[in-house]
Amino acid sequence: MRRKLKLSLDSDVTWKEISPGGVISEAGNAEKFKTGDWRSIRPVWIVEKCTQCMLCFPVCPDSSIPVDAEGKRTEFDFDHCKGCGVCAQVCPFDAIEMTEN
Amino acid sequence: MAKRDRLSGNEAVAVAMRQINPDVVAAFPITPSTEVPQYFASFVADGKVDTEFIPVESEHSAMSACIGAQAAGARTITATSANGLALMWEMLYIAASSRLPVTLAAVNRALSGPININNDHSDTMGARDSGWIQLYGENNQEAYDNLIQAVKIGEHPDVMLPVMDCYDGFITSHAVENIELLEDDEVKAFVGEYNPDFYLNDRENPISVGPLDSVSHYFEHKRLQAEAMKNAKKVILEVAAEFEKLTGRKYGLFEEYMMEDAEIAIVVINSTAGTAKEVVKSLRAKGVKAGLIKIRVYRPFPVDEIVKALKKVKALAVLDKCDSFNAAGGPLFTDVTSALYGRADGIKVINYIYGLGGRDVKTDDIEKVYERLADIAKTGSVGEIYNYFGVRE
Amino acid sequence: MAYNLKEAVKRPERLTGGHRMCAGCGAPVVVRTILRAIKPEDHAVIGSATGCLEVSTCLYPYTAWKDSFIHSAFENAGATISGAEAAYNVMKKKGKIKGDIKFIAFGGDGGTYDIGLQSLSGAMERGHDMVYVCYDNGAYMNTGIQRSSATPTFADTTTSPAGSVIPGKTQLKKDLTLIMANHNIPYVAQSAPIGNFKDLHEKAEKAIYTPGAAFLNVMAPCPRGWRYDTPMLMQICKLAVDTCIWPLFEVENGKYKVNYKPKNKLPVEEFLKVQGRFRHMFKKGNEWMIEKFQKDIDEKWEMLLKLEG
Repeated sequence: MRRKLKLSLDSDVTWKEISPGGVISEAGNAEKFKTGDWRSIRPVWIVEKCTQCMLCFPVCPDSSIPVDAEGKRTEFDFDHCKGCGVCAQVCPFDAIEMTEN
Repeated sequence: MAKRDRLSGNEAVAVAMRQINPDVVAAFPITPSTEVPQYFASFVADGKVDTEFIPVESEHSAMSACIGAQAAGARTITATSANGLALMWEMLYIAASSRLPVTLAAVNRALSGPININNDHSDTMGARDSGWIQLYGENNQEAYDNLIQAVKIGEHPDVMLPVMDCYDGFITSHAVENIELLEDDEVKAFVGEYNPDFYLNDRENPISVGPLDSVSHYFEHKRLQAEAMKNAKKVILEVAAEFEKLTGRKYGLFEEYMMEDAEIAIVVINSTAGTAKEVVKSLRAKGVKAGLIKIRVYRPFPVDEIVKALKKVKALAVLDKCDSFNAAGGPLFTDVTSALYGRADGIKVINYIYGLGGRDVKTDDIEKVYERLADIAKTGSVGEIYNYFGVRE
Repeated sequence: MAYNLKEAVKRPERLTGGHRMCAGCGAPVVVRTILRAIKPEDHAVIGSATGCLEVSTCLYPYTAWKDSFIHSAFENAGATISGAEAAYNVMKKKGKIKGDIKFIAFGGDGGTYDIGLQSLSGAMERGHDMVYVCYDNGAYMNTGIQRSSATPTFADTTTSPAGSVIPGKTQLKKDLTLIMANHNIPYVAQSAPIGNFKDLHEKAEKAIYTPGAAFLNVMAPCPRGWRYDTPMLMQICKLAVDTCIWPLFEVENGKYKVNYKPKNKLPVEEFLKVQGRFRHMFKKGNEWMIEKFQKDIDEKWEMLLKLEG
């Protein structure tokens, strides 16, 4: 019988309910933690200039350039983008501009 | 069907490991525990077990590999002594706090420095607050029996804590004695399969182990860990009862030897109990109401039970094969006296540090302890509390 | 299969956003690339030494890892993952696991070159089927930029400060990749995030799918510790390889191959001058430092070319 591991994201979880040993059983749940508000500048994706070369995708430290099923990039994930500006630097087509947040 | 054999403590423990057939054994040689992985490696080489044996490059890596393996879903065992245990220190705490029921054969040896390979308890006593369950055994039979029970205790869902099977270096580890072994299939049935609820190698349910735990949750995790140690007491007794059914050998939290009407008593750990029992026997023959308690379960510490067993005693000596260097007394003394405080205040208690670095323990020495206890019981005058025997004055 | 970025981007994202690494950090870029090299159908058990990556990606109750993840301590990522791999072998043999699991340990340079070197060496020598990845940012960044044995000569760190008497770190950087190559394991490589990530992706793929132990040493710039303009991550890496300060090479079954030989080998100043940690080297009277740095790098590069034969 598999026991349920209660993983409470609440800050008021009691010791009786907390997961033994600090095991986290919800893989990838850091997505629920929004780092977007760290941003002081934000990237703007200029769709007309974008050639979908995808060079911006791998340089993102925050996995914040989503890719659709066809392998094309879509709008930035502003919930997590920290505004580092690395993507704008590598874009050969000036299709990403950094602006005030 | 039990079978009789003649084995050293280390060999008996290695045989228990073969019968348990753990998934992973990671170990590093250190005297006097070296023989355990040595015997076991030959079982692996001869295909007598399914185990992956990891001959690591240090004890730190031994415990780290055990942690990785146990977290990955494997039943894992290791062995060490003294400095090896000290090198594992950091990982002992992490195994316990991660709630990984690793089993460790801890062959007691004096902890450096100066370096000394002989027996005392300074290694495992230092690890008493690491969150491990500690079982101690007087002889090869107990070392064997405790290892088999350790696996079942640690893996119990209400416990999920690592367990040390502690026994005396050389005295128990190397001395060959008669032993009663279980059949392989009996051991296998007794320990069962290790099926943790969550493990790294579960492809369908990935987990993260060992997170950074900040102010918001750390305390709750530690509180839950403390509860597991409380639960362990009950589980240890349940497992002992089941083991008794199988073997007829009875285990508790500690052994009471002629304690029913004892007026003077000592509390002792491991092989010294054998020597001390001889003394008790001869004192009893002379009409002295002497008794002895041999601790089996040191962590969790059986506070209520110890108090109950000692309640009628007038004078008590706690024997520590380990010094605390706190200018006050050894670790066992501290635990026993704090158990008695407020619960059985009338008892006069003294402490003896003895046997450090393998110094011989003689019946004469122990007789003198009982003589002093008899005097304290008679006069009510305690004198020096923190004492030594066996050291040249 | 030949590398194709447009195909690679379709692979599942195994490290989610929402981790707490600094903006512009090189380490998650390295990690994402390596994890993309895992076949989508395979599961991974990933370990990490204590360090920036670990404390930022797995902070209770959150984890940024889509695969299984374990952290136990600072100096033992190699041993910890070797235990998990051994467990896998037995569990697989017993029929408890269906499908494949790949084992990867990450450590910073502190956890790899220094405190974790013994554990790494043991795990590699024993030949566990695992990859150890060092993300080398050249100092103990998690505790606030202290020097490690991976810190380049003259770098200004908080424990090798460039003072009026001592000019930053006085020792040479340890050559860990060669140390690992001499463990006689099937695959060792040095890489960095460059261009379309072909170099790193292909090396990760080889490392992960070569049976036995493999080691990757990957440069992972730290804007905070190196003191460069955060968006410059990829330019910094390019300068490191074009100056031959961080050569891209691999050692496959003992055979060395230098994967990139710059047509126009840039002077080391090009890499040094854009980073605050080397600023004191450009003060008047300190020209000897740059000369020495250049000489050391040239010698290392020549040695590497000789090893390639």
